[in-house]
Amino acid sequence: MSETTHDGGVAVSAPPSPDEGLSAADLAAKYGLAVSGARPGLVEYVRQLRGRRHFILAFSQAKLTAQYSQAKLGQLWQVATPLLNALVYFLIFGLILEADRGFTREVYIPFLVTGVFVFTFTQSSVMAGVRAISGNLGLVRALHFPRAALPISFSLQQLQQLLFSMIVLFVVSVGFGSYPQLSWLLIVPVLALQFLFNTGLAMIFARMGSKTPDLAQLMPFVLRTWMYASGVMFSIPVMLEGKPAWIADVLQWNPAAIYMDLMRFALIDGYGAENLPPHVWAVAAGWALLAAVGGFVYFWKAEERYGRG
Amino acid sequence: MAEQITDTRIPTVIADELHIVYRVNGAKTGKGSATAALSRILKRGEERGVRKVHAVRGVSFIAYRGEAIGLIGSNGSGKSTLLRAIAGLLPAEQGHVYTDGQPSLLGVNAALMNDLTGERNVILGGLAMGMTREDIKARYQDIVEFSGINEKGDFITLPMRTYSSGMAARLRFSIAAAKDHDVLMIDEALATGDRKFQKRSEARIRELRKEAGTVFLVSHNNKSIRDTCDRVLWLERGELRLDGPTDEVLKEYEKFTGK
Repeated sequence: MSETTHDGGVAVSAPPSPDEGLSAADLAAKYGLAVSGARPGLVEYVRQLRGRRHFILAFSQAKLTAQYSQAKLGQLWQVATPLLNALVYFLIFGLILEADRGFTREVYIPFLVTGVFVFTFTQSSVMAGVRAISGNLGLVRALHFPRAALPISFSLQQLQQLLFSMIVLFVVSVGFGSYPQLSWLLIVPVLALQFLFNTGLAMIFARMGSKTPDLAQLMPFVLRTWMYASGVMFSIPVMLEGKPAWIADVLQWNPAAIYMDLMRFALIDGYGAENLPPHVWAVAAGWALLAAVGGFVYFWKAEERYGRG
Repeated sequence: MAEQITDTRIPTVIADELHIVYRVNGAKTGKGSATAALSRILKRGEERGVRKVHAVRGVSFIAYRGEAIGLIGSNGSGKSTLLRAIAGLLPAEQGHVYTDGQPSLLGVNAALMNDLTGERNVILGGLAMGMTREDIKARYQDIVEFSGINEKGDFITLPMRTYSSGMAARLRFSIAAAKDHDVLMIDEALATGDRKFQKRSEARIRELRKEAGTVFLVSHNNKSIRDTCDRVLWLERGELRLDGPTDEVLKEYEKFTGK
């Protein structure tokens, strides 16, 4: 490290100062300058993130609104899209493939729709996470904010999207004989835990996606495999009857299946606690905490490198 | 602490042997087939398939409080990259940048969304720059008036994609210029729009300059550099070619560009 030299030799008309001969690092230390763009400590990072909470919320709402702003029906698509989705799955799995083994029709339809919506929530959070940094490099290279604001904002957008889907879900439930009751209140903690889990996952994939944008191409296949393995359109224990028990166990303990089952349990009359694996709430909370804390720390570790494309 | 030292100038930005390298995926010359790409991925180690662009090569300088520094050089010489590195938005490949507080780039384009109304973009842009909701509410009327968007009817409640390019640029500048900065960096071509708006935005930049501790200005307009800056850094091919008082450097630069 050397004292600043001016290429070409035209020095600024600086009088000899006591700073002469100091290295750049020493000079910076003397005047209390900090390395630009350095990663803050974890506590400071959380504090900065908290300071940006209005931006996180506004950004997610803006993204949500911008989605359908050119459509003639406008924001009606927020509800129409999940409804059409549910119809397609019903057509294929309910009518053509008859995957409703082990259920009455009154249970199967809400079972299927709940599964699709809850899984879509996780799925789209992961996909949005992969592109959270790599798809917003312009923003990252122009403005200062804790980068975790982006993946968090995107999962918040998905949560709001899911709330619209819940309207459809309520209508479907009531239509098939599951009327509002006290257990519907359980929806709130289930959604909260799943949101934590999704946000953690989104942060993990945001970091991986910023380094390897190819993940955006690969993830749809991984996620689809995950969906079929999680019992979105069939009951895992019924489908795997006769197979070794541990396969069903593993599939049932996976976070997507856990959150789906809890939501179905809360919502559907004929879907009782006998369908849930033991300690289901502890597992749901465990997955949420593991993903959220792990994902946050993992994301923060690379904070200063996100501008590099 | 710095105030105790009299007779010295207080540094606000120190760049020390700064190198910035961009990595571009999939732009490697030569075989571009899928199999070639696959073999590059499989042969790990030395980053294959990635082309490096060395945009800033070993730049060192010290900026002091109260200085207005112009950055000149031909297109692609690394001016904007250097600004972003000073702002801490681009990680350095080698070397360091030390700054006093958080330097900020003037500009919010990236945070705005064309599908939203001008109104919502003002709020979104303000929040993205780190303003509080109260700040934005207090300044909202000023921003809209400054942009002059509503001179031709109630355009602020229409989506930004319906604006003419000049109108959109005016709104973007108005949002960006609504916040005060400590170390302020202004990239070229900010004063867009018609003549009337250009004058207004130049005045606003002067105002911001007065409030800011140190100002960096990137511009291809030698006149505006001469008007605003007392020191100029001349970058060419990512290297600092000359650093000195505005007149001397500009004279050399004009000789170089053949003006």
